[in-house]
Amino acid sequence: MKDLMPSLPRRLAVTLALPVTLIAAWWITSADSQSFYFPPLQTILQTFGRLWFSPHALSDVGPSLWRFSVGYLAAAFLGIVIGIPVGASRNLRNVLEPVLEFLRAIPPPVLVPVLILFTGLGNEMKALVILFGCIWPVLLNTVAGVRALDEILGETVRSYRIGGLSRLWHFVLPGASPQIFTGLRQSLSIGIILMVISEMFAARDGIGFVLVQYQRTFAIPEMWSGIIVLGIIGIVLSLIFRAIEAWLLGWYHGLRQSQRAG
Amino acid sequence: MPVTQATRVRARLTARTFIWLQGLAGLVGFAMLLEIVPRIGIVSPDYLPPFSAIMVALFKEMTTAEFWTALSDTLEAWAIGFVISVVAGVAIGLAIGSSHLLRSLTHSTIEFLRPIPSVALIPLAVLLFGSQIQSTLVLVVYASFWPVLIQVLYGVQDVDPVARETARSYGLGTWAQIRYVTWPTTLPYLMTGIRLAAAVALILAITSEVAIDTQGLGKEISDTESGGAVAIMYAYVIVAGIIGVIVNLGARALERRVLAWHPSVRLDAAEAGA
Amino acid sequence: MDRAVKSMLEVTGLRKVYEDASRTVEAIRDVSFSVGQGELVCIVGPSGAGKTTLLKCIAGLLAPTSGGVILEGNPVNGPPPAMAVVFQEYGRSLFPWMTVHDNVALPLKQKKLAAERREELVRDALAAVDLSGVDGAYPWQLSGGMQQRVAIARAVAYEPHVLLMDEPFAAVDAQTRADLEDLIRVLWHRLRVTVLFVTHDIDESVYLGERVLVMSHAPTVIMEDVTIDLPDERTQLETRSMPRFGELRKHIYSQIQLAKQGWRPPSD
Repeated sequence: MKDLMPSLPRRLAVTLALPVTLIAAWWITSADSQSFYFPPLQTILQTFGRLWFSPHALSDVGPSLWRFSVGYLAAAFLGIVIGIPVGASRNLRNVLEPVLEFLRAIPPPVLVPVLILFTGLGNEMKALVILFGCIWPVLLNTVAGVRALDEILGETVRSYRIGGLSRLWHFVLPGASPQIFTGLRQSLSIGIILMVISEMFAARDGIGFVLVQYQRTFAIPEMWSGIIVLGIIGIVLSLIFRAIEAWLLGWYHGLRQSQRAG
Repeated sequence: MPVTQATRVRARLTARTFIWLQGLAGLVGFAMLLEIVPRIGIVSPDYLPPFSAIMVALFKEMTTAEFWTALSDTLEAWAIGFVISVVAGVAIGLAIGSSHLLRSLTHSTIEFLRPIPSVALIPLAVLLFGSQIQSTLVLVVYASFWPVLIQVLYGVQDVDPVARETARSYGLGTWAQIRYVTWPTTLPYLMTGIRLAAAVALILAITSEVAIDTQGLGKEISDTESGGAVAIMYAYVIVAGIIGVIVNLGARALERRVLAWHPSVRLDAAEAGA
Repeated sequence: MDRAVKSMLEVTGLRKVYEDASRTVEAIRDVSFSVGQGELVCIVGPSGAGKTTLLKCIAGLLAPTSGGVILEGNPVNGPPPAMAVVFQEYGRSLFPWMTVHDNVALPLKQKKLAAERREELVRDALAAVDLSGVDGAYPWQLSGGMQQRVAIARAVAYEPHVLLMDEPFAAVDAQTRADLEDLIRVLWHRLRVTVLFVTHDIDESVYLGERVLVMSHAPTVIMEDVTIDLPDERTQLETRSMPRFGELRKHIYSQIQLAKQGWRPPSD
């Protein structure tokens, strides 16, 4: 931004202005609400406090986050591990690309019924659904990232006889990491969606399950509070992701900035 | 030996054909895998019928009216939701993007709402609209609106300030400015946003059919699963995949054609969206 | 200049033909020369003369179609450990995710040197190129000239017997280029390393080299091997205004003009 950086209080004010206004508007317009589906915000917040700040809230959120982490991290690992050799070999890419394009085009929630066949209704089903949905963006972006590695840098690496694991660790992975992170970011949103869907469909615990229960029993304020919790989880995971990305890709942001300035 | 134009063209075609053949080989190999694995019993054929059985089921389904109704229901929900989100995304994006103040005011709200998974709205949608198409539309629009909005905002931000100043000094009104300055710069970003939105919209359309039981391919899949018609279920899964591939390829082809007029395709857009 | 030099590098009958789906291009037809130990030889030629191809073949990065390269008596089949290359595009040959220090140290890690020795080499190399203060910085935080110095430091720290440089100063401004040219000569004197320097800049080749190999247009052969009989002590100001400098320069320039017109020496 060309403008001088405004002062901290001013920045805070600008950041909070709209959200605060919207929340206030919500509060006010729903205060006298008789609508069944849209209870007063006050009620929702009270319910929220009651439900989700209690110890048993952990038993609802915990399993969800656990399944999500397992599925997401496994997908990230596999996506990168498979993506690197595929990205490096033109022939492998040509052969596998149509198959991979097809598999990634299958909407992952579709696999919930499929996986129920194989693994029943348990934790494996959910983690597998998350894995299958999250692996594609990571894999395809890893392939793209490895493919786009700088030629000159590659020749430099060769000329200094840097090979094998060293090459992977010092050249391939860091070089492809910006693109890999794009894939990881997409996978994050997909993973959250799948975590919820798989639980809504068939589960005995978890946020999705709880939400569907509230909806089915017409516990409306509780349902709304559940929606808010989901929103918060989405935001928190996104912030964690951003923090990790800023840490690992600090060099990249600096590089892009200097390129843009120059 | 002089290399004629014809020889070069032929050589290039041969190279391309070879790549196509490699891809075809991959697909055939995958199909064969699907055929062999259940037959030799690595996986029970009750859970995964052989590829041939799935294909038979698929062709039989395609002769039924239900198949085509389900397909058109899904495509209808996808198309309507997609169009709504693109129109809304462009309109709101241009409006917000044109004012520095609006951008800073809305930034926190956008970053706040963006990561909220659209599936959080499922219970609400169900309560309000049940299993009608409106439920699906709520999810589809909410999910695919954001990619369009974000990309349009990137695009508007990327407008060359010198160009904008020039336009203003020539007395061009807001509408003319948008048309001649903002729009051409924003277009590549918008195309990326459209590509992302198209894919997301389809995923959410089918997702809501699976989860909420609205009419469409997703509902067929979950129905056939609970009904035990496994081969038919896989047939519908494959159809969903094929539709997805067509949408992805179509969006990319559209992007290429529109941007053929724009040699300055932005690296940022590709990075931000991929 | 009669020096009993041991032959460090021998290029014999090098030929490189590129073939792809649509056409065949003979980039290098027949290049043979030898470089003695400790010599500073420049290679100059018109653009399109396959200079970079030649350098890559010598560096073991590209396999020649026929003919070969012998380094210290051993044939070159891949990048040899006794060679270091400095590329023209410094921005792309340094690792942007590593600091200057780590960039210089990485090839040394590959050589499995002890940490102490490694640190010593890195320190000395950065000092030799006048960059002692920036080892914690990232390459993209530095100017173009400084980045190229880092690449040179990295090559120097590697303790190569032969230093290959592919138009390393083509992408920097004239003043920086002058400084870097002098730096090369200082390093060459101090380290007694053999240097093969490719450039399109005739003045640079005369200023730097003990010998200048003039390349023809593709398919490339060597047009002439010019001995530069300028004094060993060279400065930008004085050396370039010497009459002998002007003669050599003019001679090479006319050779290049002939090369551009497609003239080539009669085959032996």
